[in-house]
Amino acid sequence: MTWRAANVVAVHDETATARTLALAVRDWPGHVAGQHVDVRLTAPDGYSAVRSYSIASAPISDGHIEITVERLPNGEVSPYLTQEVMVGDELELRGPIGGWFVWRMDQTEPIQLVAGGSGIVPLMGMIRSRRSAGSSARFRLLYSVREPEKVFYRDELRTLSNQGDSVVITYAYTRVTPSDWPRPAGRIDAPLIAMGTWPLTLQPTSYVCGPTSFVEHATDLLIAAGHHRERIRTERFGATGERK
Amino acid sequence: MAIISRGFSGRRTPADAKLPPGQYLTTDFPVLSAGPTPRISLDRWEFTIDDGSNVLKRWDWKSFRELPSETITTDLHCVTRWSKLGTSWEGVSLDVLLADLKTDLPYAMFRSYGDYTTNLPLKDVMNKQAWIAFKYAGADLAPEHGGPARLLVPHLYLWKSAKWVTGMTLMPHDKPGFWENLGYHIYGDPWHEQRYSNE
Amino acid sequence: MNASMNYVDGNAAGGELSRIFAVDITSAEGQCANCDAKRRFAEAHLYLQCPGLVARCSVCGHVLLRLANIQGRVLLDLCGMKRLTFDTTKQSNATS
Repeated sequence: MTWRAANVVAVHDETATARTLALAVRDWPGHVAGQHVDVRLTAPDGYSAVRSYSIASAPISDGHIEITVERLPNGEVSPYLTQEVMVGDELELRGPIGGWFVWRMDQTEPIQLVAGGSGIVPLMGMIRSRRSAGSSARFRLLYSVREPEKVFYRDELRTLSNQGDSVVITYAYTRVTPSDWPRPAGRIDAPLIAMGTWPLTLQPTSYVCGPTSFVEHATDLLIAAGHHRERIRTERFGATGERK
Repeated sequence: MAIISRGFSGRRTPADAKLPPGQYLTTDFPVLSAGPTPRISLDRWEFTIDDGSNVLKRWDWKSFRELPSETITTDLHCVTRWSKLGTSWEGVSLDVLLADLKTDLPYAMFRSYGDYTTNLPLKDVMNKQAWIAFKYAGADLAPEHGGPARLLVPHLYLWKSAKWVTGMTLMPHDKPGFWENLGYHIYGDPWHEQRYSNE
Repeated sequence: MNASMNYVDGNAAGGELSRIFAVDITSAEGQCANCDAKRRFAEAHLYLQCPGLVARCSVCGHVLLRLANIQGRVLLDLCGMKRLTFDTTKQSNATS
């Protein structure tokens, strides 16, 4: 897997601290939803830093992909990608990477997506992949986020919610809720899993993604609800949500 | 041939200080670890010196903290290329711990809580070159930086300054520890850029 | 188990390990040489903030695999895994 050049063709802010970069990648071989790329930045003196970012876009074969980057307070790479990078800049990336945390278009079983914060990115890639494939697989999303202003892909998710026969979305807010929100702010818990995810009888495959502590907590809850460990696929973004 | 990223410099600041070859100056204090942060309660903590067969010396936290300690201001050089200058520590010198210990074993393997190990020639931890440090920047050493206590051997790369240190085993021959046996240099002098093993 | 949560998982090693393994390692099943637990490599606890890459068993914490990039060479220690089982029937990087 070699490093390839990628040109930034568009940037779009998802939130005050998160930005989507649309990249045109030379000789891009295509990807499967859930995979990620490694991005390498190199300073003029040769110093380099590598970070992994999940692919947010559907696998349409035109050599374009999108990644969404959350700016971390003490980050080394994310401040550069969310504030410095401009359309026309060139990045280096390697990928697509991953064969386990993927959703393939030929999967027909019900799918449960559980996102913590920026963990929504690869899961959005799966949602978009389902749509572009015209799949009728039953998808459900439990999206845990600090506050409404931190939701990525807000308009797209709202549109999806309003469409019949589409993705069922449950939001959970951990710090600040919208006014009149029925559930007080807090971490996801067993009652939320019981009412906000596919029941065990549907035998779903689950994908859990987000900061490490969120993934461990959510996975423990799913297992306690009876889901089998092998039916739960996980991707951890680290203590602060940054990988490496 | 890597693509240079316009305007990217990383976390570093211009190196106007004299640094070992290949190092960059950093102002923060990166946390590097090969495993989970051990949580050691002080009533369980101990530091032992053994020779592979017998325990020669042992301190619990109380007896360790009764030993004379000193403050040290020193520079740190990590093999991952960052250097942090003028860091301040408080610790017990290995000279104090090794006082009236008679041995002809010339090497030591330092052991940490968890499974980390690192090897050093005994003469490199004597003569004011090494400490068991329990304070950093005036406060108790934080767990992610090696607390309750870590080895501090600033004249070598920082991987030799074992975090969460719990003892040293004296050895007749040098044996590679955790990183050394993967391919890092058996000694690790930053001023001669001894990052990697030549084998 | 690991209260500091300072790890990611085997997925993040996919890029580095793709330089050595021709097939995706994250979906391979590995058996821990210490506790015999069998888990997908994607579930291994991965430590990247160190002079190399260290993967640990998610059950017992034993080191499964270590990798270091040293002067153009990749050094790989697999002693902590008894066995890795790869399913080569799936093309993991193919679009589908």
